[in-house]
Amino acid sequence: MIDCAAYIGHYPFRYLPHPDPEGLVRVLAREGLTGAWVGHLPTVWHRDPAPGNAALFEALASHRALLAPAPVVRPDWPGWERMLRDLVERGAACIRAYPMQWGMASNDPRMIELARACGELATPLLLTVRFEDLRQRHALDVAPDLTAAHVRALARASEGRLVVTGAGRELIEETHWGLTPDEQRRVHWDFAWVWGPPEEHLAHLFRTLGPDRFVYGTHWPLRLTQNPRANLDLLPDDQRNARITDAGSLAAIRKTPT
Amino acid sequence: MSDAPLAGDGPLVDVHAHFCHASAGRTDWERINAARMWAGDRIGITYHVASILGSYGHTSPPYFPSPEDAACGNEAMAALAAGDPMRLRWYVTVNPNHTAHALGEIERGASLGAIGIKLLASRRADDPLLDPICELAAARGLPVLHHVWQHRTREWPNQEISDGRDLARLAERHPRVSFILAHLGGGGDWAHTLPAVRDVPNLHPDLSGSGVDRGMLDAALDFLGARRLLWACDLTMETGLARLRALDVLGLPADDVADIRWRNAARLFGAAAFPRCLPADSVRAT
Repeated sequence: MIDCAAYIGHYPFRYLPHPDPEGLVRVLAREGLTGAWVGHLPTVWHRDPAPGNAALFEALASHRALLAPAPVVRPDWPGWERMLRDLVERGAACIRAYPMQWGMASNDPRMIELARACGELATPLLLTVRFEDLRQRHALDVAPDLTAAHVRALARASEGRLVVTGAGRELIEETHWGLTPDEQRRVHWDFAWVWGPPEEHLAHLFRTLGPDRFVYGTHWPLRLTQNPRANLDLLPDDQRNARITDAGSLAAIRKTPT
Repeated sequence: MSDAPLAGDGPLVDVHAHFCHASAGRTDWERINAARMWAGDRIGITYHVASILGSYGHTSPPYFPSPEDAACGNEAMAALAAGDPMRLRWYVTVNPNHTAHALGEIERGASLGAIGIKLLASRRADDPLLDPICELAAARGLPVLHHVWQHRTREWPNQEISDGRDLARLAERHPRVSFILAHLGGGGDWAHTLPAVRDVPNLHPDLSGSGVDRGMLDAALDFLGARRLLWACDLTMETGLARLRALDVLGLPADDVADIRWRNAARLFGAAAFPRCLPADSVRAT
């Protein structure tokens, strides 16, 4: 099982202990994970993502067996189409996009273009609902959480794979039940922010959406990597054998001609 | 799959739990309660120290319960605890805006077996209206669990939020009372709370909350030490389990881990409150 939602690099609003690839490799071994899609945290707030992407590939170069780059493509940046093709050719596991940090509305045609382009390259597009709890954010950290409307618009417009990380039950349900069955199958969710017992939101979502709609994401180095495992361990008896999707299988799809 | 407790066999006290009841407007209230107990057994929780927050908004706001709703919730909590004395202890919940009722409810709750007082966000923590409640808490030896928003930067709807600074002022006025600062991981900036309460030794943060920020446990241990911290779950038991596993990774001495898991709770509430934990003579003197 791979971690689809890891990062390296510093976070501008809070100190993070040693957010480096070496630390991530140790954590993956400790948690029994086989690899990670790794984003570059500072790039989220950069205007031009290119230097951050370069830093990401360089930092991961000696760990590529375990750590796959998850670089950023910003679809309002000149030459983004070429950047996307180059990144995929260089082995990007997925493409990260941050419409909220870029001020893009849910129906922004540029995001839809990006989703379609990722779909044509059979590369998952990864969206992040949030980095921190809304109640603790820095005064300069003003981007709101990703909305269900953003996810629905992209799932309806592109046949590519979407991976959405950091959503809670409400956003997941609002999105999922607003999509056709074909559109639902394009979207996978991590459950790092989904509540376990006693409310048992995760068990509820497994029962209603199916566990195969979910992938494993830790949000290291922002959050404790132990949390998603603890959530799985506390599933009630009827869900103990539920099998989630390995995000690695989503990336591998592009290697299989269809 | 092994049925051994996920957090090991040692004693474990959750000092911040909640239960639901029939008058809270939820038809699934029994399922919620059963899920807490099931998950508690799975984790290995020896005791849940719990409260009911009035009607949870059904007939008065969760953080501003009417006197009638507070009393109704306390009665339901007392009944739950009486029905499961091996695993449940409880706080009596009061609204300090209704002083006479609150004082009477504390006396009534203590007579029914409550071992602490739960204060919500009905009044700012340093408000003088809380003083008579704290004086009674001191006289009865009842710890006070106070709802806290870590770093109050503005008003938020539906609560009179307090932060670590506010609660520290109250704790300094009442040095004989043990205060539990609710859910360090439960929203707001925990990094602000730690220096705000560092020099107030009768104030003890609980580690509960849905937030599992990396670095919070390390910082809490650096600022306050293991003897000031209490393990708890509040509304998300998976985050409680995750924090226990993270404590294991930190490599703390076994005594420090035992302090956080249950011994600090035994010091605050009295070892007699938790007879299924180790014998009272193993509790280190405060």
